Amino acid sequence: MPIITYREALNQALREEMSRDDRVYLMGEEVGVYNGAYKVSKGLLEEFGENRVVDSPIAELGFAGIGVGSAMAGLRPVIEFMTWNFALLAIDQVVNSAAKMLYMSGGQYNVPIVFRGPNGAALQLGAQHSQAFESWLAHIPGIKVCSPGTPYDAKGLLKSAIRDDNPVVFLEGEMLYNTKGEVPEGEYLIPLGKADLKREGSDCTIVTSGKMVLVAMQVADQLAKEGIHLDVLDLLTIRPMDVEAIYASVRKTQRAVVLEEGWEICGIGAQVVDFIQRECFDHLDAPVLRVHQADVPMPYAKGLEKIAKPDAAKTIAAVKQVMYRA
Amino acid sequence: MATKKKTAAKGAPGTVRTAGDPALDREMLHSMLLQRRFEEKTGEAYALGKIGGFCHLYIGQEAVSTGIIGQLRADDYVIGTYRDHGQALARGITPRAVMAELFGRIDGCSRGKGGSMHLFDRNVNFLGGHGIVGSHVPLAAGVGFAIKYRGGDQVCVCFMGDSVVNIGAFHEALNMAALWKLPVLFVIENNRYGMGTAVERAAAVDDLSKRADGYTGMDGIVVDGMDVHAVRDAAGKAIERARTESRPSLLEVRTYRFRGHSMSDAVSGTYRSKDELDEYQAYDPVFSLRDAMVLASTMTVAEWEAMERDVAAIVQDAWDFADASPEPPPGALFEDVLVDTTS
Repeated sequence: MPIITYREALNQALREEMSRDDRVYLMGEEVGVYNGAYKVSKGLLEEFGENRVVDSPIAELGFAGIGVGSAMAGLRPVIEFMTWNFALLAIDQVVNSAAKMLYMSGGQYNVPIVFRGPNGAALQLGAQHSQAFESWLAHIPGIKVCSPGTPYDAKGLLKSAIRDDNPVVFLEGEMLYNTKGEVPEGEYLIPLGKADLKREGSDCTIVTSGKMVLVAMQVADQLAKEGIHLDVLDLLTIRPMDVEAIYASVRKTQRAVVLEEGWEICGIGAQVVDFIQRECFDHLDAPVLRVHQADVPMPYAKGLEKIAKPDAAKTIAAVKQVMYRA
Repeated sequence: MATKKKTAAKGAPGTVRTAGDPALDREMLHSMLLQRRFEEKTGEAYALGKIGGFCHLYIGQEAVSTGIIGQLRADDYVIGTYRDHGQALARGITPRAVMAELFGRIDGCSRGKGGSMHLFDRNVNFLGGHGIVGSHVPLAAGVGFAIKYRGGDQVCVCFMGDSVVNIGAFHEALNMAALWKLPVLFVIENNRYGMGTAVERAAAVDDLSKRADGYTGMDGIVVDGMDVHAVRDAAGKAIERARTESRPSLLEVRTYRFRGHSMSDAVSGTYRSKDELDEYQAYDPVFSLRDAMVLASTMTVAEWEAMERDVAAIVQDAWDFADASPEPPPGALFEDVLVDTTS
C-alpha cells in the first residue's frame, strides 16, 4: 500500500471530490496561485481552474459567509482557513449562519459546507497561533466536527465531510501535514460519527483524537513494554461523538484517560468524562483522569512551550495513576 | 449632538408625487397597503401577547420592498435582516404563513422555528431574515457567487439597515462582490437610525452610497425611499446591470420608520422628536401614492375603499389562520438540527 503524507492524503481527497462533483469548490487565502499556505491544495488550481480554486482576500468573515451563501444556493464549498486561529474572525458565520440555518428555516435551507484548516499548536508560534478549538466548535448544535490524526483517516473523513449535507468543521494539524501513513489506492470513505479503536488492550482506555492520537500510540508502545496494554480509541469525529465505542472500551478495561490538545476547562475531556460516569459508573475501578494543555496562553520560549503541552510523559503518568501503579 | 440632517435625495419629501401606469400603480399600492395593515395587526397581536420575542415593524418603509422586489424574477433571490416582514410579503410569502410564523405556529413559513426575525421560504427564494447586523451581507455575496459559478443570470437582492455600513462584514462582502463582479444589489434602507443612534452619530460619511466609491465597478445610487416610483426605477436599472453585466450596485434608499426600532421602543421622545416624526409622516409612501392616483383620476375613492376592505380581509384571514394553527409538537424540537445522513 502506498505511503503518503497527511498533506497528500488531503490533497487526494480534494482532487477526487472536485472531480466527482462540479458543485464542489475550494476557497481561501493562498489556496490557488501560492498552492496553499501548507501546500494542501497543491496543483488544484492548475487542474480545476480559477472558478473552482478561488484565492480570497484576507477576510475570513467575508469568505466564510460567501461559502455559506453559496451553499444555500446549491454549491458545496470547501472553505480553507489558513489556521483556525484566524477563523475566530469568521466564527459568526460558522455559528450563527451555517450551524443554525437548517433549524431556523424550519428545514428548508441546509448548508453543505466544509470549513477546514490546521488547528492547535505547532512549534514556538506563540499565543495567538497555538490554540486547539475542538471544544468551542463541538459545543454548537447544527455542525459536525472532525479531527483526524492519520493520513488514512484524513482522506476518508474529508471525502465524507465534503459529501455530507451538513456543515462540517474539519480540524487538521500543522504538525501532522508531514506525517506519513498507508493510504490505499482507490476510493474509500470513512463515516462521520464513528470512532476507531486504533490499538486493543485490556488494562486502560485512552480516548483521544487528532494530533494526540500519535502521542497515544507512542504511549501504548512504551507501556506495552511494561506489561500495560491500552485500548487507544480515536474519536475521529468529535461531534457527533461515538459514545457507544467509548462505553464498550471502558466497560472492558474499567479505566480511562482522556487525552486532548486543548485546555482543561470545559474541554472535550470534560464531556467524555461525563459520558463515562453516567454510563459506565459501575464498571470503573478508578477515577477517569485527563491530560490536556496547561491552563495558560501558549508561551513562546521553547522550554515553557514544552511543559505547557500535553505529551507522552504526562499521559503515561496519568495511565499509571489510574492503574494505581504510580 | 450632531446636526439633524433631513432626507436629501433626488425627489426629497415635499416633492409632489405623480401617478404612473394605472395597473402597476394599483398593484404597488395594494402591495404597500397590505404590508401597512399587516404590520398594524402585528402590533396588535404583539400587545395581546400572541407574538413574543423581538419584533421590528416595517411601517413607513413599504416603498422600498415593493419598489425593489417588484423588479425581480421568480428565480431571483432575496435576503434581508430581522426587519423582514415587509420584504417577505412583497416577495410573495403568504400573509397566512408569515402571521403563523410570528405566532410561532407549525404552519409558519419557518415552521415556527424562526419567528419574526427569521422568515424563510424556499418556494420564493426568500433566504431569510438574519438577526446579526451585517452577517447576511457576505451570504448575499455568496449567493451571487453561486449564480456566477453556474453561469446563471439571476440576481440576489440584499436588504440591510443603515447601521450595517459600519460593520466589517459589509466591507468584506462588498469588496469581494466588486472584485469578482457578483450579480448582487446591496440595498441600504437608510431609515435614519440604527436602533436609537442617528446615522450621522455612527457613520463617518453622511452619504452612505459613497461607500461604493471604495469598490471599483460598483455604482453608488441614492434614491428617495418615500417615492415608490423612484425606488422602482433605480432598482430596475441596478438589477438590469447585475443581470446583464454581472455588476454589483449599492443603492441607498432614504426612508423612515414610523414606529420604534422594535416593539419595546417608544415611537418618539428619546432619540427623535415628535416633530420630526410628524414631518416624515407627511410623506407617507402609501398614502402619497394613493393621493397621486386619485388626483390623476387613475383610482376613485370608492376603489381605494374597496382596496382597504380587500386588504383588511386578507389580514384578518391571516390572523385567523395563525390563531387556529397548532403549535409545533414537542417532537419538532429535535427535528432539522442536521440533515439526516444515516440512510
